[in-house]
Amino acid sequence: MLAIVDYGMGNLRSVAKAFEHLACPARITRSTGDIERADRLVLPGVGAFGDAMSALNSYGLVEPILSFINSGKPFLGICLGLQLLFELSNEDGQHQGLGVWPGCCIRFDFADHRQGRGLKIPHMGWNTITRQNQCPLFSDLPEVCYVYFVHSYYVAPEQQDVCAALTEYGPLSFTSAAWKGNVFATQFHPEKSQRIGLKMLQNFIDFQALGSV
Amino acid sequence: MLAKRIIPCLDVDKGRVVKGVKFFDHRDAGDVGECAVRYDAQGADELVFYDITASHEGRDLMVDVLREAAERVFMPLTVGGGIRSVEDCRVMLSNGADKVSINTAAVKDPQLIRRAAIRFGSQCMVLAIDAKRVQLNGKEYWKVYINGGRKATELDVVSWAKLGQDNGAGEIVLNVMNADGTRAGYDLEMTRRVCEEVDIPVVASGGAGNLEHMAKVLTEGKADAALAASIFHFGTYSIAQVKEFLRAKGIPVRMEPQMAGAGQGG
Repeated sequence: MLAIVDYGMGNLRSVAKAFEHLACPARITRSTGDIERADRLVLPGVGAFGDAMSALNSYGLVEPILSFINSGKPFLGICLGLQLLFELSNEDGQHQGLGVWPGCCIRFDFADHRQGRGLKIPHMGWNTITRQNQCPLFSDLPEVCYVYFVHSYYVAPEQQDVCAALTEYGPLSFTSAAWKGNVFATQFHPEKSQRIGLKMLQNFIDFQALGSV
Repeated sequence: MLAKRIIPCLDVDKGRVVKGVKFFDHRDAGDVGECAVRYDAQGADELVFYDITASHEGRDLMVDVLREAAERVFMPLTVGGGIRSVEDCRVMLSNGADKVSINTAAVKDPQLIRRAAIRFGSQCMVLAIDAKRVQLNGKEYWKVYINGGRKATELDVVSWAKLGQDNGAGEIVLNVMNADGTRAGYDLEMTRRVCEEVDIPVVASGGAGNLEHMAKVLTEGKADAALAASIFHFGTYSIAQVKEFLRAKGIPVRMEPQMAGAGQGG
């Protein structure tokens, strides 16, 4: 079973519909039992970092998510779900994340960049990704991939090897996908990225973790 | 590089796509689900559904239409028309919309966008502005209109756009009524002014008649996206044709790659 974590934020239905379209039924849930039993777990999310962590804490979901990740089973974070994997965010004050990877979330700020003048925030729309490694999420995809973004914050991982793809916005090149072992995460929305995005979700469904039961 | 977006707008009346000229004379332009799938296949970057019925029955049909579209196409969907409350926003967002566009209700209750943005995030709140050039005592004003373009307000278009941003809107759709449905071209001057005055993305709407109009509003008009209805519904151009034209002009657009077999599950 593929489980989608429901913590009251984000368009969970869109994510579920995309998996159902790929003949992979998805359960939207906040039950710790469901999360424990799931074969694959997806953490979607739009909205504010602090609110999301509060919600995960209040539903008692932090521990079950971390245990799932540690079990070695495939995990996918989408948008805010990518940002939450890191240690810190400075969105409206400082907030602790899940801390799976060292690094923090930073707001786009082009005030000091001549090249960045006139750039809009949020970074909204279709942009390309440049792959940094052999992340299985990108198997059999064309060379140039446009994917759909909508976000005002981006992540700065401390370990470069978790960066699976970079995207350029004005003068900045930021981590648009991250991957290590069984943990995948995208800043963009595969569920809103038409055929390219659906192929990535299919790759996630097809991924077999090494050493997983 | 961030691509300029091409967005077909589907005006929906009682569950059917229609298109009028200057807000009147609506002609039937087809089934909503079929239109959505066709535009998806052509490589549309987003879809906007605009409910022009705005009655209670119309609203229920709109939710049905939205749910159907959200099961068939996987791209950003925006819903507008008759959205009056945070609860209206919630219903649309939970039925497959990614963004909700607010027009008249934002004028009547300027805090509505703020309340909804706090609850759902700015990224899903769109301020739609019906704008009109009005001559008064030999001077020209850019005024905001409401109630489907039937009622004038005292609001200035540029100030209203800036206030919308301050209130938490994540995007602005600027529909210039003088141009809407005429196919005589977007209002480049007004679009550029609004784009320069706000830091959030601006979608230009109203007046698309040919490929050059689309190119101009994305360059001279500085718009982040171009919205059009009639040229797509009546098959004047396909979205792929528009994008080929823009790409040849050096404007960054997303081209849909050929991917045999992808996304065919289910």
